[in-house]
Amino acid sequence: MDLSSINPLVLIASLMVASTPILLAAIGELVVEKSGVLNLGVEGMMIVGAICGFAVAVESGSPALGFIGAALGGAALSMLFGILTQYFLSNQVATGLALTLFGLGLSALIGQGYIGIKPPATGDVNFGPLADLPVLGTILFRHDLMVYISLGLIAGVWAFLKYSRAGLILRAVGESHDAAHALGYNVRTVRLMAIGFGGACAGLGGAYLSLIRVPQWTEGMTAGAGWIALAIVVFASWRPWRVLVGAYLFGGVTVLQLNLQAAGLDVPVQYLSMSPYIITILVLVIISSNRGRASLAAPAALGRVFHASS
Amino acid sequence: MIRLEKRPQPSQFWTAFTPVLAVMLTMVAGGILFAILGKDPFVAIKTIFWDPILGDFAFYYRSQLLVKGAPLILIAIGLSLGFRAGIWNIGAEGQYIIGAICGAAVGLAFYPMEARWLIFPLMILAGALGGFLWAMIPAILKTRFNTNEILVSLLLVYVAEQILASMALGPLRNPEGSGFPGSRNLRQYEAASNQELIANSGVHWGVIAAFIAVILAYVLLNRHMLGFQIRLTGQSPRAARFAGVRPNLLVVFCLGASGALAGLAGMFEVAGPAGQISIDFNVGYGFTAIIVAFLGRLHPVGILLAGLLMALTYIGGEAAQATLGLPAAAIQAFQGMLLFFLLAVDVLSNYRVRIGTTEAA
Amino acid sequence: MNRRTLLAGAALALAMGGTAFAGSHGPTKACFVYVGPIGDGGWTYQHHQGALAVKEEFGDKVEIAWQESVPEGADSERVLTQFALSGCNIIFTTSFGYMDPTNTVAAKFPDVKFEHATGYKREHPNVSTYDARFYEGRAVIGTIAGHMTKTNKIGYIASFPIPEVIQGINSYYHHAKKVNPDVELVVTWVSTWFDPAKEADAARAMIDQGVDVITAHTDSTAPLAEAAKENGAVVGFGQASDMAAFKPSPRVASIIDNWAPYYVKRVGQVMDGTYEQVASWAGMPEGEVVIGEITEAVPPEVKAEAEAMIAAMTAGEYHPFTGPINKQDGTPWLAEGEVADDGTLAGMNFYIEGISGSVPQ
Repeated sequence: MDLSSINPLVLIASLMVASTPILLAAIGELVVEKSGVLNLGVEGMMIVGAICGFAVAVESGSPALGFIGAALGGAALSMLFGILTQYFLSNQVATGLALTLFGLGLSALIGQGYIGIKPPATGDVNFGPLADLPVLGTILFRHDLMVYISLGLIAGVWAFLKYSRAGLILRAVGESHDAAHALGYNVRTVRLMAIGFGGACAGLGGAYLSLIRVPQWTEGMTAGAGWIALAIVVFASWRPWRVLVGAYLFGGVTVLQLNLQAAGLDVPVQYLSMSPYIITILVLVIISSNRGRASLAAPAALGRVFHASS
Repeated sequence: MIRLEKRPQPSQFWTAFTPVLAVMLTMVAGGILFAILGKDPFVAIKTIFWDPILGDFAFYYRSQLLVKGAPLILIAIGLSLGFRAGIWNIGAEGQYIIGAICGAAVGLAFYPMEARWLIFPLMILAGALGGFLWAMIPAILKTRFNTNEILVSLLLVYVAEQILASMALGPLRNPEGSGFPGSRNLRQYEAASNQELIANSGVHWGVIAAFIAVILAYVLLNRHMLGFQIRLTGQSPRAARFAGVRPNLLVVFCLGASGALAGLAGMFEVAGPAGQISIDFNVGYGFTAIIVAFLGRLHPVGILLAGLLMALTYIGGEAAQATLGLPAAAIQAFQGMLLFFLLAVDVLSNYRVRIGTTEAA
Repeated sequence: MNRRTLLAGAALALAMGGTAFAGSHGPTKACFVYVGPIGDGGWTYQHHQGALAVKEEFGDKVEIAWQESVPEGADSERVLTQFALSGCNIIFTTSFGYMDPTNTVAAKFPDVKFEHATGYKREHPNVSTYDARFYEGRAVIGTIAGHMTKTNKIGYIASFPIPEVIQGINSYYHHAKKVNPDVELVVTWVSTWFDPAKEADAARAMIDQGVDVITAHTDSTAPLAEAAKENGAVVGFGQASDMAAFKPSPRVASIIDNWAPYYVKRVGQVMDGTYEQVASWAGMPEGEVVIGEITEAVPPEVKAEAEAMIAAMTAGEYHPFTGPINKQDGTPWLAEGEVADDGTLAGMNFYIEGISGSVPQ
């Protein structure tokens, strides 16, 4: 065993990359849930984003267009969920699960012609001399653009929810749709917009996998990342910066366990593989027991059907 | 202007008719999908919905409907109790796995003893207990620390999957399996096997258990105080508290019951249709059952029918793949569509559609 | 096999009467059961290529049918029965987990031939097994790896500790060590067959720790893509399929599973009536394990050495496990010139001397 072969700086840099897909999907889902909607279809939207982004990038030769296509694809699929839950007032949990099933099937159908192809490469952002800074250079200045966009999204969502009027309305809708409705806000429109944003973010997360993280298309390639994103939102108790912590913690534990193995640490593999989940549960328990009332942070109207009955 | 008006009572007519409507809509939309893929839509739809029930090989498929539907129904019945009370167990898949591991472990521990009267009942107990205890983790964390049960139960699925892999590779591995992962086949060990009770009927103990669960759930919800408390908590948590409902007890009961039933389903599956513990033993029954619970409108009889319908789309879908060369993905998308339509038309049973001018809406 | 299921089988065979074999005058029907989607680009994709080769070879004289993403366990048993009922003459089941279902269904359909990949159970005369000697391919890429590494650290991304994977690890290391005594092997277990993101993470972890040649025993191209980010400093190999998109570097060679010769041979034997039960374990001589193009990134003399080895194995003159080889703890396994027997290889569960770490249980 040679733990000295693990370079902590490199480890941090790789966990940032490994966490980006779930980070993108989770921040989108956070906004959706803040508006009082629980969309369990993240996995489905991610995989549709993965294939849409891949197909657009391959056809156009531009990864940037690919990411835009992925966001549109994810958002389009999320509208199916939006229409069903907001206009047809269907149950959100069941609709979300159905969305995942449908998304997995749809993506595989679209992707039939894209197997074994390499997508156009996405380069890292060139920060010039900054990339050579000791410590910070490795961690902060050697990534691709999407890593920075994901961080920007976190900051943006945080500022939006905390300071903007629109963010206030969104939260009001999530806390009490009846009160928001009485105040004259269009609950349905607000929620549809939130759902669309969530879909776009999930699509971006999926495309990060198919265009950068793995660069390839294979059926079912998200392999459960969407579920992790859902877990991270709750783990973060609906706070944007904690989503960042949660995603990086989760990605970090996964990367660390693989690094420990590569360093020759002889541990039961299955127990290492389950460690990110157990640690997430433990942290969750600590957070909720310390604050006593973790559910306070949860949007009060989460998952409830809204019907303007007046 | 189209407008929805909430019905004071769900419409009996629409509750019965909407599933039929949804299936018809799915046939149209699915037919279009199949036509796009270059297959004859009428043949495809017939293969999925008609052949398994009344086609050439229906004598075989009908029994398979029970084999495929039973675990879905068993798990969904348990979940529906919690869902009615607003307690969200999303991790039935994990409880199903742990139930199967515990059940199989007990059976294998007795190998090769021949005392079916002792071993099989013990396995049933172990399966239910395993699922129950696994569900107690989110239940206790919820009641003690107010930890969100959706998240914990879901995360525990992944933990359970890893335990499954390590069991299949380690303690439960077949010592005569030349180093390959996977346990002994319980179906070849008479005392521990969950056999078909009537030849070629598909009826095994798990099917019986599913039917019993349907009846018990029906009685519980309609005739028992606890059922009343569950329904009341779901409709109005505040009123429930005034009525003396103890929320923590309800959490423990609902999660425990759904965990035990999921564990039972896992145990019957591992001792019967699946036969052995292997790395990929679980195939998503725990997640599909959530959909089944909602399709059945959280009603025991509805769940029974929804479980059979889901089973039909699986079996018919397999037939369509084999005979028509449809990709598995098309069947998945088709199932997704069916669910969307079922969920969408449900609005008709709870709301009245009004067309015309509105008052200030 | 107990009396009850035997009876059930007989009844089933009777019940289907003439229907199933009505088609025996028409084209021969070959059916394939896949564990993953054809679009996995690896394991299942290659089996499907074999199926297509059968159609190519015999044209109208055969009919092929397949089903993808069939879960192991109860579902596979139904799919197999469905195939047998619908008139398949020969059914290939392409995953280890189909072993018991294949034998169970074979008992009920004595006139249908069953071919199970990578298993060892042949309980009935109509069940054959087949597998490929992938470790022959690992020997070649191990040789290349030993020459190509500059850091003297080579990596192996492993899925589950089953004999096939252990053979691969040992063969890879043994041949790298032969040409480069300083080489050190890093094994990372990802505990999955297919999770591109995790495979990429595993490759990244190894690269970060100085590994510069990576081979994977999982199915996606993710490790190669991760290696590609190092601008030529890290190389790897295609696994299962050629993965030509990553030529000439980082993909410097590949191990291709080529099932076509076997499938064509066996279906042909069914057609001309010369079919017999076998336990086939074929490799390079039969063309079942193929090394994809060795690219110009490999120095000519290394390429020549690798090609000489391929030639020797194809001619049957060289066995990758030829002594002297000791087990990990130093105890002798193979004496000078001794060749490993198939029984030991098929159940291989130990590392050879020089590999650090232990086989996970």
